[in-house]
Amino acid sequence: MEHNGSGEQPPEPEGRATGGLRVKRGLAEMLKGGVIMDVVTAEQARIAEDAGAVAVMALERVPADIRREGGVARMSEVSLIKEIMAAVTIPVMAKARIGHFTEAQVLQALGIDYIDESEVLTPADEEHHIDKWAFTAPFVCGARDLGEALRRIGEGAAMIRTKGEAGTGNVVEAVRHMRAVCGGIRHLQSLRRDELMAEAKRLQAPFELVLEVAETGRLPVVNFSAGGIATPADAALMMQLGAEGNFVGSGIFKSEDPSRYAKAIVAATTYYDKPELVAEVSAGLGRAMRGLDVATLPREELLAARGW
Amino acid sequence: MTGPVIGVLALQGDVREHLAAFERCGARATAVRLAAELDAVDGLAIPGGESTTMSRLLGVFGLQEPLRRRLDQGLPCLATCAGMILLSREVRDGRADQVALGALPITVRRNGYGRQNESFEADLAIPRLGPEPFRGVFIRAPVVEAAAPEVDVLALHDGHPVAVAYGGHVATAFHPEMTRDDRLHRLFLERVAGRVRAA
Repeated sequence: MEHNGSGEQPPEPEGRATGGLRVKRGLAEMLKGGVIMDVVTAEQARIAEDAGAVAVMALERVPADIRREGGVARMSEVSLIKEIMAAVTIPVMAKARIGHFTEAQVLQALGIDYIDESEVLTPADEEHHIDKWAFTAPFVCGARDLGEALRRIGEGAAMIRTKGEAGTGNVVEAVRHMRAVCGGIRHLQSLRRDELMAEAKRLQAPFELVLEVAETGRLPVVNFSAGGIATPADAALMMQLGAEGNFVGSGIFKSEDPSRYAKAIVAATTYYDKPELVAEVSAGLGRAMRGLDVATLPREELLAARGW
Repeated sequence: MTGPVIGVLALQGDVREHLAAFERCGARATAVRLAAELDAVDGLAIPGGESTTMSRLLGVFGLQEPLRRRLDQGLPCLATCAGMILLSREVRDGRADQVALGALPITVRRNGYGRQNESFEADLAIPRLGPEPFRGVFIRAPVVEAAAPEVDVLALHDGHPVAVAYGGHVATAFHPEMTRDDRLHRLFLERVAGRVRAA
């Protein structure tokens, strides 16, 4: 023991508990106000960390490429995940397919910091999501509205992100879903207690969680935005709408200058309510990723519709 | 209402929890993201979060130099987890460009307890706060590997200091703001009040 400090030292208590609810939800609390960036190589992970990302999401293809190339999208290759974990000092997240609990087991065995049960990958189960209480690794799940968010939290998700429509560079669905979650919470707060059971039935959400949200005015876990954020102004928009942080996928590494884009989106997420500062970081960034009009996408290509 | 104003550095991290804890203690607390906001506070909480991200954001709109100046003038800080890393003199396993403000003469190792799967809770004995143990929530926490002799060690876990005091500062490797136990926030407020009275 190298430290010395003061002469009088307190006694040491015994025991530590890992994998509990508070440390699972707690890591997400520490990411608040930050940007989590999709990366497909160790080099991209380093660029993201340099730019001030609070975490990186390791995946094989960014959503824009999954959308373009098609095929089955699965959990990333294990050696790629390991390379990315070795490349950076910030938390590393990785995606498992909806319902694919053995992909999640593998990610937990790798020591990944957060598992994203993600609609961006091809679902493995069209009826059941993963029982996330069975894991010590924390999970983040997508949601389009309050009921979906509370169902995922009921299954053990320790963090929520609104789904948006990944890989489009179009923020319209992210806005829709964030407004639905936050508006749903405000609506709950306006109800009498004897109206909450009927509302739980309508939301198809666990009653206890409905009660809790009605009382506290917020989800019991952190809620980030995701799916279509492509510019600093998009990031600031989602924060003003009530997001506690942003996931940015294709928006960074599909832009003309990823490092500058990443830094600008990080700054805009922190200074989201200071338009003059968002303007300052937005100047001279070069081209954003090319976007897609969500309204022209065939229904079967919508990723947000995966999971329930 | 008069009395000291506590800033919470709000670049990123669990800012809301610190603001709520100070509010429960009856203190005035405000978020700080700009140099002008830093001027108005008598004490500063540096929250949990990612120290690399906060390091970068300190530089984006010129907060780092004003913060260093205020620290030189004796601004007391409550620094938790990432905050403790930022306030320390030496950071191991950090990034080359990581900010170490140097106001706290300790050496920390980032993520010294390991990744998230090693994040844990444990009861801590902090005799200064009374006999009741303090529930320590450690999330990808730093390990204090060395502390100058003049640093006051408030609590140990696994042979390493996890809560320290030095000058006006109180720093922890864990997250007191994540519990409803506000005793460390109150200890910090006493130190701030002492400094405001002395000034």
